Amino acid sequence: MSDIVLKTENLTKHYGGVHALEGANFEIRRGEAVAIMGDNGAGKSTFVRQITAVEQRTSGTIWFDGHDVAFKDPLEAREAGIETVFQNLALADHLNVPDNLFLGRELVRFRLGPFSILDYKAMRKATLEGLQKTGVKIPNINNTIQNMSGGQRQCVAIARTATFKSKLIIMDEPTAALGVQETAQVENILHTLKSQGEPVILISHNMRQVMEICDRIVVFRRGRIVANLRKEDTDGQDVVAYITGAKTQEEYAGAA
Amino acid sequence: MTDTTHGIGGLTFDTKKRALPPELGVALALVLIVAIFEILGRIFMHDSFLFNTRDSVDGLFNMARLKIIILQVSIIGIIAIGVTQVIISGGIDLSSGSVVGATAMIAMSFAQAGTVYGAENTRAVFFTQGWVDLPLAVPLLVGLLCGLVAGGINGLLIAYTRIPPFIATLGMMVAARGIAKWWTRGQPVSFPTESYAALGAGMTPVLIFAGVAILFALALKYTVYGKHTYAIGSSESAARMSGIKVARHKVLVYTIAGVLAALAAIVLSSKNLTAQSGMGVMYELDAIAMAVIGGISLQGGRGSVLGTVLGALIFGVIISGFTFLKLDAYYQEMVKGVIIVGAVVLDQWRQSRHSDRI
Ligand SMILES: Nc1ncnc2c1ncn2[C@@H]1O[C@H](COP(=O)(O)OP(=O)(O)OP(=O)(O)O)[C@@H](O)[C@H]1O
Ligand SMILES: [Mg+2]
Repeated sequence: MSDIVLKTENLTKHYGGVHALEGANFEIRRGEAVAIMGDNGAGKSTFVRQITAVEQRTSGTIWFDGHDVAFKDPLEAREAGIETVFQNLALADHLNVPDNLFLGRELVRFRLGPFSILDYKAMRKATLEGLQKTGVKIPNINNTIQNMSGGQRQCVAIARTATFKSKLIIMDEPTAALGVQETAQVENILHTLKSQGEPVILISHNMRQVMEICDRIVVFRRGRIVANLRKEDTDGQDVVAYITGAKTQEEYAGAA
Repeated sequence: MTDTTHGIGGLTFDTKKRALPPELGVALALVLIVAIFEILGRIFMHDSFLFNTRDSVDGLFNMARLKIIILQVSIIGIIAIGVTQVIISGGIDLSSGSVVGATAMIAMSFAQAGTVYGAENTRAVFFTQGWVDLPLAVPLLVGLLCGLVAGGINGLLIAYTRIPPFIATLGMMVAARGIAKWWTRGQPVSFPTESYAALGAGMTPVLIFAGVAILFALALKYTVYGKHTYAIGSSESAARMSGIKVARHKVLVYTIAGVLAALAAIVLSSKNLTAQSGMGVMYELDAIAMAVIGGISLQGGRGSVLGTVLGALIFGVIISGFTFLKLDAYYQEMVKGVIIVGAVVLDQWRQSRHSDRI
């Protein structure tokens, strides 16, 4: 029981009449990399938004790190140790790379409540180290995000999660806008995290990537989990069958 | 040889080349406008706008005019600093002019002298209570508290209900003006104590404006408060997802704007030696104009206190220039309108260069 990092029970989210997420039972253990797959609109990002308290769930329970948790806001989730690359990246366009990397937990020279003095030098140094560690190349970290390419933005968001200590990393389509070389870079980061025993939830449409990195694949369809597959027991074609609805696992037969 | 770094996709980047700060453009506009008035003055008035042409006075510049320009904009400038951080956070504050009115009335009634021209000041608001000749701290704290409450209510409404800032502060604009009129049923409040009158005397308002400007220039650039203000204005959802307590921060931003409006009210009523319920009408628009002229983007996330200070100076130069050219006040208003719209158009154009690409 103790090696379960995150577990959800009947996690449900309704937007008015839209049942975006319905009774999701999910768990991930220490050292595990779990992929979440599913068509557009299947509820994958909704699932992430409930766990990270970007939105408040309609019903259901979330256990994290051995406790029943009810995070009030994303800061609490982050402080508890959940690092997330959101699908929309959650970067502030007018700020530069260090500002974005440390957004919400700035390094300060001395504390004065909200008027604490920023330690620009330390943040800059840590940013350069973080980028180096993750192999992310950004030509000029003083550049504001709005002047960067889609791939560079994605790299900044990924570097942000990989730089901080965490107990669980969630990445929502981290390589969606990346070129071949940059995708390989991100996959390297994922491999590194995995080898360090860091649990990772990877949302991706890229079957090759999922098969290479993840131990388990959870399939979402129309707001419900329809399959939970160990990599050894499945292949690409099989997963696609679950995604499209050609197949549904027995224990989820009530779903979809 | 230039120092280049290889980036993603093989692009190179010249690290020595830096984008020009937007404040530079505003500063150039200021110089240009002064030059225009100088030329027009030489042609039509046979006098200089900027330079000293009198033998009886020493110095290169027309110091009297420069002083008036700065003094004229300092009080609204104090409000504009508060409005600047509101706009950077992606909001707007239309209530500042009315908050000036209400605060001036209330603060002044705690600042009245007990004797006027050797006679008892029986018309003082709190004469019967004996609250006259109070120490300066009393009207000062009462006044700032007025701004704190008004701004706090703005902030709470905006942060915790879904009322847009435009509507919430419009409500405060009307309500605060009502309070200003109700306080003495429309009677002006006059005859402050010497200590209160000193706050607005001579060049003191300029010093207060400068102090506020420096304080907030530093706060916006070097504190967590500033960083979060920019982040929220840049992308509220990103700020929230990154763990910034957006609602709490907004309350703080609007509260500070209210306190600065109250400070302006205190200085203004002190300078005029009287408070009237109509004080500060339209100040909110002048303050917003100073910020916009100074390059603060109405879409949030961009701009600086330095920009607003330059915007305030442009404002002052234009008013002073029109007086210098002996042009009617009507033209002043019209040109002010054109400049404000022009500044917003310029900002839209600057923004579109970024957001067209996706
Ligand atoms: N705020 C909202 N209000 C109403 N409906 C919403 C809201 N957010 C999401 N939805 C709906 O919920 C469903 C699931 O959306 P979600 O973003 O979770 O999909 P997804 O699986 O992440 O898809 P994609 O692969 O395209 O990212 C969609 O039908 C979407 O329209
Ligand atoms: Mg999604």
